[in-house]
Amino acid sequence: MANKLEVHHLDAWFGTNQALRDISLSIQDRAVTAMIGPSGCGKSTLIRCLNRMHEVVPGARASGEVLLDGENVYAPGVDPVQVRAKVGMVFQKPNPFPTMSIFDNVVAGLRLNGERRPRAEMAAIVERSLRQAALWDEVKDSLQASGVSLSGGQQQRLCIARAIAVQPEVILMDEPCSALDPIATTKIEELIHELKGQYTILIVTHSMQQAARVSDYTAFLYLGKLIEFGATDKIFTTPQQKETEDYITGRFG
Amino acid sequence: MAYQRRRVVNVFAQGVMVGCTVAVLIPLVLIFAYLLFKGVGSLNLAFFTSLPKPVGEAGGGMANAIVGTMILIGLASVVGLPIGVATGVYLAEYGYGRVGWVVRFCADVLNGVPSIVIGIYAYTLIVLPMKGFSAYAGGCGLAVIMLPIVARTTEEMLKLVPNSLREGALALGVPAWRTTLLVVIRTARAGIITGIMLAVARIAGETAPLLFTAFGSQYWHQGLGQPISSLPVQIYTYAISPFDDWHRQAWAGALVLLALIFLTSLSVRVLTRGRVHTAR
Repeated sequence: MANKLEVHHLDAWFGTNQALRDISLSIQDRAVTAMIGPSGCGKSTLIRCLNRMHEVVPGARASGEVLLDGENVYAPGVDPVQVRAKVGMVFQKPNPFPTMSIFDNVVAGLRLNGERRPRAEMAAIVERSLRQAALWDEVKDSLQASGVSLSGGQQQRLCIARAIAVQPEVILMDEPCSALDPIATTKIEELIHELKGQYTILIVTHSMQQAARVSDYTAFLYLGKLIEFGATDKIFTTPQQKETEDYITGRFG
Repeated sequence: MAYQRRRVVNVFAQGVMVGCTVAVLIPLVLIFAYLLFKGVGSLNLAFFTSLPKPVGEAGGGMANAIVGTMILIGLASVVGLPIGVATGVYLAEYGYGRVGWVVRFCADVLNGVPSIVIGIYAYTLIVLPMKGFSAYAGGCGLAVIMLPIVARTTEEMLKLVPNSLREGALALGVPAWRTTLLVVIRTARAGIITGIMLAVARIAGETAPLLFTAFGSQYWHQGLGQPISSLPVQIYTYAISPFDDWHRQAWAGALVLLALIFLTSLSVRVLTRGRVHTAR
């Protein structure tokens, strides 16, 4: 099995505040990798470094290597916009574009980049993406309704459909269920299972149960350092580091 | 007991707030009512269609001033809106550093500069080199008054757009400039338009910067390089004159000016209604 992403000696800062310290890890292709750790440990920063979203925050910077299919996304001359087209992202709070319909939200990645395609082709992309995001049956009759008219869980699946529509290779999910109720959470988790056949998925989560349910690999971060990384069942049954064990048994965090 | 007390305080506090609201509305209502009372009698078709008559002749109108005011607003908007909106976009999207702070400070100072001073600026920079009063000079003076209002309201409105929308677009592989134009500005459109309307309403009634730039004229407009008539200046001229007929016309002009501002604001509100999306 190939490594889709390889992180080598990654450091990240917000101003003078170092958020990540010398992180190295390899992300398996077409598998789900979960990031766990207490708040502020750098999980979100880590995944935001993978599609160069970290540097969008004023004063934020990163150094080190992130290899996507062997190519360093931090190499000089690499356009972050191209990286983000390959490495999609779903955020903590559903963020459909409020000025757009459900239909337009799904193809936003194409439309906003000025791509003009025949209506039928756009419609096909919308249907395929919404089906993949398990939202099609719920919205197929109201595609022209506003994207923000949906429930929170539906909005999050709309955001997943929007990410899928640009055909990324990797999907980063930054606590995608933390604003959702348990039923919506279950739906997203089922969806993650479906999607991992086609995409490499990284998920940041505060819920250890969720990490155990959905992921194949788990990384535990603490104070900006990668403490332990390995197969999820190993991490949860026989953690090698004391901090990991303390965290997953609820002794801190 | 505590509940009783809280209820009394509640009623009292609400009463104070209602009272203050009424106090704010009273001047507006009084001004409008008084203008109607004084001005409506002098309004007739000729007021909107004909030029002012020479002193001593009754009748005539302010048609040239109405047209002139619209031309001046148009000129000011052509210059002021693009620069103002672009400045607002810069401040909101990139203005987190020291440059942003300086620009923001300058805009606030400019907003506080008395409009007569802005008139002097336009006089020195445009009227003197061009050797004559002109619509250009008036338009530029008004544009400078618009700039800080448009820039700051645009900035505030763009800042209300949640960052999550910017990140959502960027994460789809959309370049920053397209994100700003197609997501951020579009989401804040209603607010930006409101800011523009505020600025237009503000300059529509400005008199001081026009006195020695656009100057005024008793004729239809003669080209943008010539002096041009405007409602505020015409009202001013007529109001300080010793003639009763001109006084009546000044009241009518003031009524028309207020109605003009009122109608523009109202129509923009109606046109942008229903497209206001509350971000959440």
